[in-house]
Amino acid sequence: MRPSEIFDLIKAEFPEVRAEEGTDAVVCPKEDLLKLCRWLKNGSLGFDDLHCVTAIDRKERIDLVHIFYSTSQKHILTLKIYLDAKDPSVESLAPIWRSADWFERETYDLFGITFLHHPDPRRILNPYDWKDYPLRKDYANPNFIPKPRL
Amino acid sequence: MEDSLSAQSMKKDIYTEEFLINMGPQHPSTHGVLSLECRLDGEIVMDCTPHLGYLHRSMEKIAENRTYTQFIPFTDRLDYVASINNNLGYCMTVEKLLKMEVPERAQYIRVIMAELNRIASHLIGIGAFAQDLGAFATPLFYGFRDREKILEIFDEICGNRLTYNYIRIGGVQSDFPEGLDKKINEFIKYMKLKIDDYDQLLTNNAILLARSKNIGCLSKEVAINYSITGPNLRASGIRRDIRKDAPYLVYDRFEFDVPLGANGDAWDRYKVRVEEIRQSLRIVEQAIHALPPGNPTSKANRIHKPQAGEVYVRTENPRGELGFYIVSDGSATPYRLKIRGPSFSNLAVLPELVKGLKIADIICILGSLDIVLGEIDR
Repeated sequence: MRPSEIFDLIKAEFPEVRAEEGTDAVVCPKEDLLKLCRWLKNGSLGFDDLHCVTAIDRKERIDLVHIFYSTSQKHILTLKIYLDAKDPSVESLAPIWRSADWFERETYDLFGITFLHHPDPRRILNPYDWKDYPLRKDYANPNFIPKPRL
Repeated sequence: MEDSLSAQSMKKDIYTEEFLINMGPQHPSTHGVLSLECRLDGEIVMDCTPHLGYLHRSMEKIAENRTYTQFIPFTDRLDYVASINNNLGYCMTVEKLLKMEVPERAQYIRVIMAELNRIASHLIGIGAFAQDLGAFATPLFYGFRDREKILEIFDEICGNRLTYNYIRIGGVQSDFPEGLDKKINEFIKYMKLKIDDYDQLLTNNAILLARSKNIGCLSKEVAINYSITGPNLRASGIRRDIRKDAPYLVYDRFEFDVPLGANGDAWDRYKVRVEEIRQSLRIVEQAIHALPPGNPTSKANRIHKPQAGEVYVRTENPRGELGFYIVSDGSATPYRLKIRGPSFSNLAVLPELVKGLKIADIICILGSLDIVLGEIDR
């Protein structure tokens, strides 16, 4: 199914979603996320695979990106949620797709997005006591203790 | 505490105390630097928590400070056993962003290189798996011996043996040297005999069967739910291969099968890899005969400034679906680059698979999942 056809089907069920300009992505308000995702998985579109979770720091906001794939119908969907850069928090998808567990840990680790009701909200790639979020655009290199001069 | 102890001791004469052990980060069977924190009851694994990130090099942050061409050598260091496939995935993503055409000869050369690299990667996977199960050195070094022949071919083409930096945006680094197709044909003939040898030596070996049959069974639903891809998913009996489902390059012009497993156990994952080597040989054989003339090198500039936009491209890596997600803001460097490494999801299922099994089975299952930490930690 083409992205425009998928969008029309979602739009019929969830009138609040809109298409993003310039891309194939679908933008969803964050309150509807869990309801929409349950429908995506169990409905006629059959997105049984949460393929990838990532984020884009747009400075004034953070775009959370979910990419879904349907194994039976072989189509793909990019779903975006615009989050406030000051306090980015959103519901976790881990109860619906198990793959969300590690993907969301990684997104939290690198972007500082808080996933509510996540089963294991720890960092994953950086050390557990790391400060700040490296892939934010305003990230400053940590002030490591300078090496002694020899 | 006392109550539970007495209750336990009433049930069985011998009880064991729970204890924690750390496997890794320096453990020969973790295939890199991975630490597994296991909670054990005697020999039974009750819980297993992987700790990652020992190889985290901030590839995605580095990409934001490099031009599109400069980032190609970094992709070599992701899945360092199958570098060409990483180059390919990255270059195809940038080409899609730039809407660039690739010469037909370059597309054929890319297929040949990617499939040869897939064979090399699977040989390591099979060899290391057998080594983990206690077949000390022999299968691993058979694998290395045959991989050496592929590396010699690669060495002749691009001068490198592990990190190739061969596939470039809009083409490849250089054309095949004179007489190379003869060498590749010789290798195909040689490898077809050797892969039958492996089958005889390993596939129905009593020890391998006893160690890996019905161990770590991954059902279809769990596999998809964890976003497992590649041979590990196909071993569970799901026919999903991007080379067939959404053919890229010239894969639609070749005949090949998608091998499937039945139960999704460790043995099936091993068996699917053996069969995939056979199919890759078929693809290389057809591609080398149909290789069109022309100049496969790229005529594009080295600095690319794609239009603002974003693109996500998936390719079939030896370990699964490798995805690159690039966001461009119109400048010469990516605004954001996300690498979706297949091993990351493939490893995530490990705690689920090992629960309730013996500690020796962790080694078996981890070996059969065939992960590469360079791509997990990035």
